[in-house]
Amino acid sequence: MKNSNENKFLSPGHNACAGCGQLSAAQAVMRGLNENIIIANATGCLEVTTTAYPQSAWGLPWIHSLFENAAAVASGILASLKQKGDKKTKVVVQAGDGGTFDIGLGLISGMWERGENILYICYDTEAYSNTGIQASGSTPYGASTTTTPDGSASIGSTQGKKDMLAIALAHGVKYVAQTTTGFPDDITNKVKKALSVEGPSYIQILCPCIPGWKINNDQAVMMGKSAVQTALYPLLEYSDGQLISSSLKKGFQARPAGEYLKNQGRFKHLKDKDISLIEKLAQANIDKYKI
Amino acid sequence: MSKPESKQILEGSRAIALTIKNIAPAVVSAYPITPQTHIVEDLAKMKADGQAGFEYIRAESEFAAASIVLGASAAGSRVYSATSSQGLLLMAEVVYNISGLRLPIVMTTANRAISSPINIWNDHSDVMSIRDAGWIQLFAANHQEAVNAHILAYKLAEKLKLPVMINVDGYILTHSYESVIIPEPKKIKKFLPAYRPENGTYLNPDNPVTLGAFFTPAHYMETREALHEDLLASLEIIKKEYREFQKIFKDETRLAAMPFKGNVYSDGLVVYYGPNKPKTILVALGSLNGTILETIKDLKNIGLLKIKVYRPFPAESINKFITRTKNIAVIEKAINFGQAGPLYCDIKAGLSAAEAKNLNIKDYIVGLGGRDVTKKMISKIIKDAGRRDASVKFVGND
Repeated sequence: MKNSNENKFLSPGHNACAGCGQLSAAQAVMRGLNENIIIANATGCLEVTTTAYPQSAWGLPWIHSLFENAAAVASGILASLKQKGDKKTKVVVQAGDGGTFDIGLGLISGMWERGENILYICYDTEAYSNTGIQASGSTPYGASTTTTPDGSASIGSTQGKKDMLAIALAHGVKYVAQTTTGFPDDITNKVKKALSVEGPSYIQILCPCIPGWKINNDQAVMMGKSAVQTALYPLLEYSDGQLISSSLKKGFQARPAGEYLKNQGRFKHLKDKDISLIEKLAQANIDKYKI
Repeated sequence: MSKPESKQILEGSRAIALTIKNIAPAVVSAYPITPQTHIVEDLAKMKADGQAGFEYIRAESEFAAASIVLGASAAGSRVYSATSSQGLLLMAEVVYNISGLRLPIVMTTANRAISSPINIWNDHSDVMSIRDAGWIQLFAANHQEAVNAHILAYKLAEKLKLPVMINVDGYILTHSYESVIIPEPKKIKKFLPAYRPENGTYLNPDNPVTLGAFFTPAHYMETREALHEDLLASLEIIKKEYREFQKIFKDETRLAAMPFKGNVYSDGLVVYYGPNKPKTILVALGSLNGTILETIKDLKNIGLLKIKVYRPFPAESINKFITRTKNIAVIEKAINFGQAGPLYCDIKAGLSAAEAKNLNIKDYIVGLGGRDVTKKMISKIIKDAGRRDASVKFVGND
C-alpha cells in the first residue's frame, strides 16, 4: 500500500461480497484521491454495501440521491462550490455500468456538455450486479445474465457492449481512461491524473463481479488482468481526444480469449465458434487502440 | 426614478423572478416548459445583465434540474427551480428524494394540466400527483400572494429543513398583469436571513458526512414517521412565521388581500370571507378564489374559504369554518380518477364523524385543461350546493 488513504476514505467495514472486484477497485480509486473531494454516488452495490445506516464506510463527504442522477447532483455540488469561491474541492461521481451506460446517460451527457470540472468513475461489472445480474448496455456479447439467459435457443446476450469511451470522447471529455481491477496502481495513477485535469474526465474500470461472472472469490484480480491480456478490455488513456497510452503496444501478444471466457460461469455455455467470434472483438480492439 | 418599493404593474412570472432575484439563491437550475418559461427566462436575463449573482445551470431535463438543485442544496447553498405539468411529473422521483433528504429546496410550479391528451393550460393535476411527497404546498391566489409566498417559503424551508412548493396557476397568474410590490433585498433580509446551514448537515470536506444512506427495515420507518410528524408540526410554525411576515411586509400583505366588504379571517393557513352563519361555504385553492369572491361579494349568506397551505393539510383551520354551515361546495381543478377531487377527499378525511354528520359536502370539478371558470358557473354551483344528490359533479358550461 502506497499510503493510508484507503482506510481513511473508505474503511474496510463494508458489506460487499468476499473478493468483490468493485470494492477492490474503489480502494485503488481512494488511494488516488485527497481530502478535498466531495463524492456523488449513484444507487448500486457500492452505495448499498458501504452505507447501511447508522454506519458509513466513507471518510469523504458523500451523497447518494438516486440511481440515474449522480452526474446532475455533482453539477449542483460544483455550482455550490463555485458560489462559495471554493476552487480547491473537486467533485467525483461514482456509478456502476447500469447507472452510466443506461439509465443515467442523458444526465451524464448534460454534465459533459456543460464542460464541468467533474471526475466521473464508472465501475463496470458488465451487468446490474446489485439487482441480481440483469443485462445492461455494458453486457458483452455472449454473456449469460438473468435477463439474457443462455438456453437452447439463445447464446445469452446478443448485443455488444456500448462504446462509452467513444461517447465520452464525442462530448470532448478532456481525460478519458479505461482500466481494470487487475491493475490497482494503474487505477490510482489514472485517478490522480484525472484530478489534475481542469474539466470533465471519465474513468471506466472493469470490475469482475463474483456472483455476476460466476467466478471464485479469489479470481477478481486475475480476471481483471486476463481481460487486459486478451485485449478484450485494454488499459487506455485519452487526453484531449488523443490516445496517449494503451496496453496494446507494439509487439503486444494477445492471450487467447478462451482463457478469459472459459473461467467465467457467465460464458461457460459458449462453443468454440462463439469464442472465435469474441476473438474477433479482441482483434478489433487491437486494431483500434494499438499505439 | 420610482421609489424602490412602489407598486408596479407586472406580469406574474416577472414578479416571481424579481422576488427570487431579491431573495438571492446561490444556484438556479431549470428546464423550459410552458407556462413556467417566463420565470426562468427572466432569471437568465437578470444573470446575463449582471443584476443577479447566482449560478444558472441550464439543465437537459426537469429531472436533471431537480437533481442539480438537490446537489447544490446538499452542498449548503440556497437554491431555486421552477417547473410545470409534465416537468413536475418527470421530476417526481427527485421530488420525493428531496424531502427524504430534508433539503430546504424552494420550487415554483406554474400549474398546468397533464397529458394525454396534451394540453398546456391551467389546472391542478400536476401538483396533485406529488401532493403527498413530503413538501409544504402553498397556493397563491394573485400576484402579490405569489410574491409573498416565495419569501415565506424560503423562511419555512430553511427553518424546518423541508422543501416548499409554491403553486401559481399557469397563465392565469404567470402570464397576466397585476399591481404588485417587490420587496427590496434589505427588507427581505430582515425576515429571511442569509442561509447558513449548520456544520455537519451538508457536504463539506472539512467535516465529511454521509447523506442519502441506505436504510434497512430496522430504521426506514422512523424516517417516514419523522417527516410526517414534522410536516404536521409545521402548521403552527407556518402560522407564526406568517404573523412575523405581516409585521415586516405590511404593504405587501395589504395588497395580497383580496378586497371584500364583509368579515375576513386569516390564520396564515386559510382565509375565510363571509358571514359567521352562512348558508353555504365554497372552498377553493389558488386563483379560483378571485372568481369566487367576485361572484359572492354581494351575496349575504355565502362564505368562501381560501386554502393557502395545502400540505400540511390544515384540517383544524378548515373545520373551524366549514362546521358553521350545512352546505359545503368544494370547487377544484383536479380529479383523482376513480375517486373524487383531491381537496374534497382531504376535507372529508379531516372531519370527525360528529363534525361530518350534519354536513352536505359536494365536489365540483371545474376548469380542467384551462376551461374558463365563470361567475355564472360559480352561481350555478351555489344554487346546486344545497341539493342532496351526487357528490361529485363536473361543471364545465355556463
